Amino acid sequence: MAPRTLFDKIWDSHVVETLPDRTAILYIDRHLLHEVTSPQAFEGLRLSGRRLRHPEATIAVVDHNVPTSDRTLPIAEADSRNQIETLERNVKEFGVPYFPLLSARQGIVHVVGPEQGISLPGMTIVCGDSHTSTHGALGALAFGIGTSEVEHVMATQTILQKPAKNMKVVVEGQVGPGVTAKDIMLAIIGHIGTAGGTGHVIEFAGSAIRDLDMAGRMTVCNMSIEAGARAGLVAPDETTFEYVRGRPFAPKGEAFDEAVAYWKTLAADEGAHYDRVVELRAEDITPVLTWGTSPETVISVTGNVPDPAAEADPSRRAQMQRMLDYMGLEAGQKIAGTPVDVVFIGSCTNSRIEDLRAAAVIASGRKVADGVRAMIVPGSGIVKAQAEEEGLDKIFLDAGFEWREAGCSMCLGMNPDRLTPGQRCAATSNRNFEGRQGPGGRTHLLSPAMAAAAAVTGCLTDVRELI
Amino acid sequence: MDKFTVLTGIAAPLPEENIDTDKIIPARFLKTTRRSGLGEHAFDSMRYLPDGSENPDFVLNQEPYRKSEILITLDNLGCGSSREHAPWALLDFGIRCVIAPSFADIFHNNCFKNGILPIVLPRTVCEELMEDARMGGNARITIDLPRQVVVRPDGSEVPFDVDPLRKHLLLEGLDDIGQTLQHEQSIETFEKRRAQAQPWIPGIVLD
Repeated sequence: MAPRTLFDKIWDSHVVETLPDRTAILYIDRHLLHEVTSPQAFEGLRLSGRRLRHPEATIAVVDHNVPTSDRTLPIAEADSRNQIETLERNVKEFGVPYFPLLSARQGIVHVVGPEQGISLPGMTIVCGDSHTSTHGALGALAFGIGTSEVEHVMATQTILQKPAKNMKVVVEGQVGPGVTAKDIMLAIIGHIGTAGGTGHVIEFAGSAIRDLDMAGRMTVCNMSIEAGARAGLVAPDETTFEYVRGRPFAPKGEAFDEAVAYWKTLAADEGAHYDRVVELRAEDITPVLTWGTSPETVISVTGNVPDPAAEADPSRRAQMQRMLDYMGLEAGQKIAGTPVDVVFIGSCTNSRIEDLRAAAVIASGRKVADGVRAMIVPGSGIVKAQAEEEGLDKIFLDAGFEWREAGCSMCLGMNPDRLTPGQRCAATSNRNFEGRQGPGGRTHLLSPAMAAAAAVTGCLTDVRELI
Repeated sequence: MDKFTVLTGIAAPLPEENIDTDKIIPARFLKTTRRSGLGEHAFDSMRYLPDGSENPDFVLNQEPYRKSEILITLDNLGCGSSREHAPWALLDFGIRCVIAPSFADIFHNNCFKNGILPIVLPRTVCEELMEDARMGGNARITIDLPRQVVVRPDGSEVPFDVDPLRKHLLLEGLDDIGQTLQHEQSIETFEKRRAQAQPWIPGIVLD
């Protein structure tokens, strides 16, 4: 057999049947559900008299709509409440395992899956959410799907798909102080663009990726979709196995050893073919952030906002100008020193315990600047409890941060956590689209440490000045 | 799902790159549990001014484009979130065909699942079609799926590619669950084989 990539191996082992036009019926090991993209799929099943083929391969959580304030109070927004109650009715009717709002295991679906050992290496994992790519950090083929496909997976435990192309992004070397997984990934997106990975699955490799812990690898794979890729992957290694060992739903004892033996066979073969290879040097990556309303508008925190006049293509030039107007920035201005109104540390990109620790290092012994609202939103009830055990909540509260309940929160403005028009936010989330965090809101994507630095200085700041 | 065969209609030019799904339908409108009714919020932030009134400069607020059935844009249409609410919003508005030099994968896929035909054409061709579309009501564009051509107002034809299986499903208006279930035997065989090879994959059973 010809040498194969990690993606090829996971793909091949899940093909049920290949149809004449190369479309595969691809078997799905794990289906993650949340309240926003599932109601129409359950309704479809009901209308056609179908059931879930494998409810025990499925897990449901509520995350997008939930308030991150006091959970004992009723949910104030009627349509949010309706969506959550609809999910609760559906999981009951169709027998789907579910972590309810008041469960300690509730949280953002892409934090919960790996944390519980529900997502495992070598699996195929889907969810009606584009950031499903997160689970690729485990060496699983994980991608977002639409609601029609959610219904298809419910009914058949498969999906129809053509194989993606293979792309490898290699980051060799050692990053400098203050440079995190988020900076690495934003630098990659800035380099290849938001359509750079279209049609491809990206395998992240090189020593700078190997050196990341699992949380860092999840941050990288999470934003594969911002690079346009179908999925992101990191080959499973000892870091992965140690992470998975002992998780509640992971195999135990001999079964675990058997699983590890199999997972070790997944790494790409010597000489495997990649359709595209991109290389970056870790030493070249600085703390970065975005200046515009596309995740590819990445600049170093030491840099200046670009000038549209330098762009030759007229439609791109006009779009850049619109971004500047929307963001309330001037061409050529230094990005550092721009005052912020809100700091949001959370989302499926950066809400794990490691992210909170990184923010706490900067927050410790400092105060949130006057006039800044700074929020910490842990990714799950488990992350929150762990942080409280480590005393991180005290560090944040003493510094003047809000310490909130788990959920998607201000990443996407579907719950009460929203920006008001014109507010500028330093956010550890994944998208800076117009209106993403609330109509008229202005988002700068950056790492948890950089977000904490913005909170305590009141403006976009090079975190290296605080370490 | 409605069949898609030959469509003749008004095309709206929207010459922008990277039109993301938040722009097509902002997250705050995703709280519905239905597929229909999202059309009035399609392109909400571009279509309406902060006071809620229509933005007269936005193409879909202008005659004859209020009745557009075809939308033409620049690269990477539908990037961002996987929300199928994006094609639902377009469909509810009346759009049945989207033309761009490139699409984001999930959006491209979601279009087909809802009877919307996404057509990839080179950027120069998209720009020419936008010029046609700017002629307004006099410029009907025809999308002939059986023959795989776009017919321009002057009668000239631009061929396009489409995946044969997806073309078949669109022409017949079929959803693909029924189609996949015809292969149920293969799925069962696969499951048996895998249960033997990888018995360590646990089921999720909550206590």
